[in-house]
Amino acid sequence: MYTQSFSVPDNAGQKSARTPSTENPELMAAFDARIDADGRIEPQDWMPEAYRKTLVRQISQHAHSEIVGMLPEGNWISRAPSLKRKAILIAKVQDEGGHGLYLYSAAETLGTSRDQMLEGLHSGKAKYSSIFNYPTLNWADVGVIGWLVDGAAIMNQIPLCRCSYGPYARAMVRVCKEESFHQRQGYEALLVMMQGTEAQRAMVQDAVNRLWWKCLAMFGPPDADSPNSAQGMRWGIKRISNDDLRQKFIDATVPQAKVLGVTLPDPDLKWNEARQHHDYGQIDWQEFWDTVEGNGPCNKERLSTRVKAHNEGQWVRDAALAHARKQQQRAHKEAA
Amino acid sequence: MSAPVEYILHLADNAVVLGQRNAEWCGHGPILEEDIAMGNVSLDYIGQARLLYQLAAARLGGDATEDKLAYFRDDTQFRNYTLLELPHNGPLVGYAVSNRDYATTITRNFLYGALMVLVWEALETSPDADLAAIAAKSLKEARYHLHHAADWLVRFGDGTDESHQRAQAAVDHLFVYTEEFWTPSAAEEAAVASGAGVDVRSLRAAWDAIVNDTLTEATLVRPEVRGYITEGKQGRHSEHLSYLLGEMQGLARAHPGATW
Repeated sequence: MYTQSFSVPDNAGQKSARTPSTENPELMAAFDARIDADGRIEPQDWMPEAYRKTLVRQISQHAHSEIVGMLPEGNWISRAPSLKRKAILIAKVQDEGGHGLYLYSAAETLGTSRDQMLEGLHSGKAKYSSIFNYPTLNWADVGVIGWLVDGAAIMNQIPLCRCSYGPYARAMVRVCKEESFHQRQGYEALLVMMQGTEAQRAMVQDAVNRLWWKCLAMFGPPDADSPNSAQGMRWGIKRISNDDLRQKFIDATVPQAKVLGVTLPDPDLKWNEARQHHDYGQIDWQEFWDTVEGNGPCNKERLSTRVKAHNEGQWVRDAALAHARKQQQRAHKEAA
Repeated sequence: MSAPVEYILHLADNAVVLGQRNAEWCGHGPILEEDIAMGNVSLDYIGQARLLYQLAAARLGGDATEDKLAYFRDDTQFRNYTLLELPHNGPLVGYAVSNRDYATTITRNFLYGALMVLVWEALETSPDADLAAIAAKSLKEARYHLHHAADWLVRFGDGTDESHQRAQAAVDHLFVYTEEFWTPSAAEEAAVASGAGVDVRSLRAAWDAIVNDTLTEATLVRPEVRGYITEGKQGRHSEHLSYLLGEMQGLARAHPGATW
C-alpha cells in the first residue's frame, strides 16, 4: 500500500545533521562505486552503518504503515454494502498485511528483528504513514483510499523498485503490482457509486474533500525542507524528489477526477501552460507535522489498537512456542 | 435433481455468518501471519456464500440476487447454525462487551470445519450439478480450514497452562452447540428426500473420530453435553445474530436499490 516519503525521521521534527563517516575508506569507495554504477547492494555485502540505519528506518516505517493501514479500511469490512465489495476489501486488507510481512522480512536482512521493529512502533518511536491517522467516515473512503492513497503510494514506490538495496527493491516489485490492482478497484468502486444515487455521489465527494490534501502531504515535506532526501538520492534509496512526485501525482489525478465527476477541493488547482503542469494551493504543513508528531485525529486510537492486538496475542505466540519446544523435546527423547 | 432452495440458503447463511465473524479479526490478529491466515479463511467463507446465494437467487428467479438474500432477509429468515453467530468469547448475553478470545475462534473453526469437510465430500457427488461444483471448490477450502484450526487447537491444548485453560474453556462453551448439527431441519430432510442433499446423521461417526483424535492430541477433554439443542438453522437464533446482521446489513439497507 502506502508510504509517505520516508524522509521523515523517526524522532519527528528534529532534523539531525548526518554524523561524519568513520567507515573504512577502501570499503566505502567500493560501495560508492557500486552505487554509482547503479548496482544492487545485497544483505551479505559490506555497507556503511548510516546506509544500513537509514534503510532499517525506511523499510520498517513502510512495514508499520502497511500494518497500521489495515485499520482504517478494516473499519468498513463488517459493513461493506455488498458481498462482492466485502470480499474485495478483505482481500485488499489481507494484501496489506502481506506487504507488511515482506517488508519486515526485508528489514530483518539488515540485522534488526521484527520484535525490535514492533517495539519501535508500539513505543511511539517509529513512525508510519500519517495518512492512516485520519478516520474513515463513510463507505466511499474505502474507494478513495484505493484511488488516491494507493495511487500516491504507487507514485512513491515505483521508483523504489530500482532502490539500491536488493531485498527492498524486490519486495517493492511485488507490492507495486498489488497496489496497482488496489488502485483500480478503488477507482472502479467510485465510478459505480458516482453512477448511483445522489446520496452515493455525496459520499464520494465528501471522502475526496477530506482525503485530497492528506494525500498530497503523503509525498513528504517540500524539497527545500527535506534534508534527508539528498543523502537518500546519493545512495539510490530515493530516486525522485518529493515535490516532483507530488506534481506527477496531481497531473495524473486531475483527469481521473474529471472522468469520475468529482471536484478536487483546491480553488488554486489549474493547468499552467508555461510549466506544462498543474499549479496547486498551499498544503497545511503545520497540520501534517502535528499529525506526524502524534497529535492527529486518530494517532492514539491507531497505535493503542496495534498495542492491544499485540498484547492480547501474547498468549497465542507463547502457546505456539511452548508447543514447538515440547515437540522438540519429545523428538529428542524418541531419538535417545 | 435439484437441492431445495431452503437447503442452499442454510449452507449460504452458515458461510456468510462465519465469514463475517472471522473477518472481525482482520487487523487485530495475534500475529501477522495469523491475521493474514484468518483473513483468508474469512474470504473463503464469503466466496462460498456468494456462490451459494447466486445459486439460490437463480433458482428463486424474479428479482432475487445474492445481495438481496444476504442483506435484505431478517434474522428469523437466516438458517445458519447458532454456533456460527456467537461472538469470539465465552457465554455472555447479546449486548455484553468482551475482548475477543482466539481460542474460541479456533475451536469454532475446528468444530465446524470438521463437519464441513464431511458435508462437502458428500455433496461433491450430489446429482445437483451446480451444488456439486460448489462443493468441490469448497471442499479444498474446508480441508485447509480444518487443518489450520486443528493445528492451532493442538498448539493451545499442548502449549502453556494459560492456552490449555483457554482452549478447554472454549471447547466446554462451544461443544453443546454442535448437537444442532445432528438434528435435521425440514430443509435438510427435503434435501435428502430430493436425493441432492446429505443426511447429516450419517456423518456423525466420522465427525466424532476427527474431533476425538484432535482433542486427544491437544490433551483436551470432550465435555458431556445435555439439555437444550440450538435451532438456528430453523430460524430460531441466539441473541447474537440480530447484532451481527444489524452491523452487516445496515449500510445496504440505508440505501435500498443502490448499486455498489
